Amino acid sequence: MAITEPRAPELAPEPQPHWLVQWLTTTDHKRIGILYLLNSFAFFFVAGVFALLMRSELAEPGRQLVTTSGYNQLFTLHGTLMIFLFILPVLVGFGNYIVPLQIGALDMAFPRINALSFWLLPVGGLTILSGLLAKGGAAAAGWTSYAPLSEQGGAGQDLWIVGLVVVGTASILSGINFIVTILRLRAPGMTMTRLPVFVWSILATSLLMVLATPVLTAGLIMLFADRRLGAFFFNPVHGGDVLLWQHVFWFFGHPEVYMLILGAWGIVSEILPVFSGKPLFGYPGVILAFVLITALSFSVWAHHMFVTGQVEFPFFSATTELISIPTGVLFFNWLATLWRGRLRFEPPMLFALGFIALFLLGGVDGVWMASPAMDFAIHDTYWVVAHIHYVLFGGTVFGIMAATYYWFPKISGRLLSRRLGQWHFWLMFGGFNLTFFPMHELGLRGMPRRVADYLPDLGWTFLNQLATVGSFVIAVSMVVFLVNVVVTLRRPRDAPADPWQGNTLEWATSSPPPVHNFDRLPEVRSNRPLWDARQRAAAGAAEADR
Amino acid sequence: MSAVELTRDDRAVRQTSGPVLGMVVFVASEAMFFATFFGAYFTIYSVNPVWPPAGFRLEPELASVLTVLLVASSVTLQTGVRAIRRDRTRAMLVWLGLTILLGAGFLGLQLYDYSLLGFGVRDGIFGSLFYVMTGLHMAHVFGGVVFLVLVLVQGLGGQLTYAHHDSMEAGSIYWHFVDVVWICLFTTFYVIGLR
Repeated sequence: MAITEPRAPELAPEPQPHWLVQWLTTTDHKRIGILYLLNSFAFFFVAGVFALLMRSELAEPGRQLVTTSGYNQLFTLHGTLMIFLFILPVLVGFGNYIVPLQIGALDMAFPRINALSFWLLPVGGLTILSGLLAKGGAAAAGWTSYAPLSEQGGAGQDLWIVGLVVVGTASILSGINFIVTILRLRAPGMTMTRLPVFVWSILATSLLMVLATPVLTAGLIMLFADRRLGAFFFNPVHGGDVLLWQHVFWFFGHPEVYMLILGAWGIVSEILPVFSGKPLFGYPGVILAFVLITALSFSVWAHHMFVTGQVEFPFFSATTELISIPTGVLFFNWLATLWRGRLRFEPPMLFALGFIALFLLGGVDGVWMASPAMDFAIHDTYWVVAHIHYVLFGGTVFGIMAATYYWFPKISGRLLSRRLGQWHFWLMFGGFNLTFFPMHELGLRGMPRRVADYLPDLGWTFLNQLATVGSFVIAVSMVVFLVNVVVTLRRPRDAPADPWQGNTLEWATSSPPPVHNFDRLPEVRSNRPLWDARQRAAAGAAEADR
Repeated sequence: MSAVELTRDDRAVRQTSGPVLGMVVFVASEAMFFATFFGAYFTIYSVNPVWPPAGFRLEPELASVLTVLLVASSVTLQTGVRAIRRDRTRAMLVWLGLTILLGAGFLGLQLYDYSLLGFGVRDGIFGSLFYVMTGLHMAHVFGGVVFLVLVLVQGLGGQLTYAHHDSMEAGSIYWHFVDVVWICLFTTFYVIGLR
């Protein structure tokens, strides 16, 4: 326009709200991601302390620390918090921070729903924990809360139900958000077959969150109706069906365990290529394995119910064994990625390798238990405790730690100490095996899970003591981790945009990224846009030298 | 606006937008939610030799009226959606208002239906299933009415146009879903369940 406008009067800078208000009202996916991580690690701490209390109680025969009812509350809360308020939310938290960056988006599709789904988590988690203040204590029927036991108990059980409905709603909302974000907000050139593996794993997780979580919500409503409205869903005396709870719970529960592991598979599949200096072996095979497992996970639930004698053994045994095929494909591809690579043993790589070793053991345990004959012998023994921890701790938590060391520089602008990271890894790896490997043997010797006490002449004492020592070694490793984080955060920001020679778009922006994520997006022509850019730069430099 | 730009804009309208896709995914989630209750119903149906247990009388005539109301409301809402797709905002508002009235009528009539029934949620498993399933559906109808009222307010404020009416599209997907759930409930309780 040709008209010269009068100079606008100097505007006073917009008053910034207090930093706390900014954080509490944020809709930025990066800040929400950080809130997710903080909240998840806080619940990890609480649930970890509960685990240490249990291990201390089991160190000796006889009861020393807690009452039997207190012990029941401890294992119920430990399982519930670890699964619903640590593992899943921490994966969703990394997803929140990383997925928009990896697909080259500005934010999630629905930023305000994103904030809502985060804030529901502390509300739900504290609702469950507030049961400790109720008359009769917190929920004590285990994280699976089988009827009819869960039909009894006081207000703590009701708070558990309500809290889980809230947490489940958060899951469904964030699942919807991820699906729409990934399907609609990808940068130009970022086709589905160029999508980073981690994004694929979050997409599969989201599908499960959206389709399986409402099944749990429905079951919880039935349980609540039985307890408070006088309904009879799980009461056979009035025509209900007590096994119905187990069907509903595990129809949700088995997809749930894949929600807990898929993200970790994605993380490991991102980290191995970067620290091997090679592309991921068989990208389409990995994606296909994710998709197959997501689909199959809905067909295996009754393998948790073999001992009821009321389910079809051959069918559920076969579908369970089928899952080991795509899982085997994953292992093959991970090992083939490492094969003849230039391996760099940075902390993220150590945890990723630890993941492969421990998740393999947990997976083999699972193949074993899929046989009904075997399952009858070890059902509800410490074998099952060993299995779930090899899969979810040795598997997912090692994956989460790998992700923490890998993305910490991107999120905070600072690299965690390599030396402390190595201490953290070896202590956690040793402590983990010391705690959970003996549990296999305890299970084979017949020690039931969920007991506060055992007799001294059963031959279980030494193995329990090993496990207790191991659990405190894990605790020490977590102190090392915490020290590492605190010490690192006190240093100035010095991390470059791409400290690891990464492949994916999050490394194309500064560490930490600006509010709008990218000043300039690199061209996306493969699933390794940054590797492409480095090759082009090297070729350009060679050209200039000539 | 040039002709080329117009076609591009037209195509943008036709591609499923983020909010509408979000609603589709949400409805998938809701479908699993209700499917669980139907699964529970038929599991319990299969373990009980006599079904429905003696002493439960429903009001099939009234339920048929409820069905007509809700199916009619889906028709009126879809007519409204077609109107806004043809840029006829005023017609859309009329059809939307009619849908809300039909939805509110459904809610009122179902409460009346409840008052006629001679059993409660505590009177055996059939009562539990009936009230929990139809009650949760009713809550969804209520949520749908609230959603559509918000859309109506948007429309009256002139915020809905041919190019921007995601809330109307999303609301209609949800409403049709709730309608389908009712048809399943009607079939289960009044067609299969009747003796």
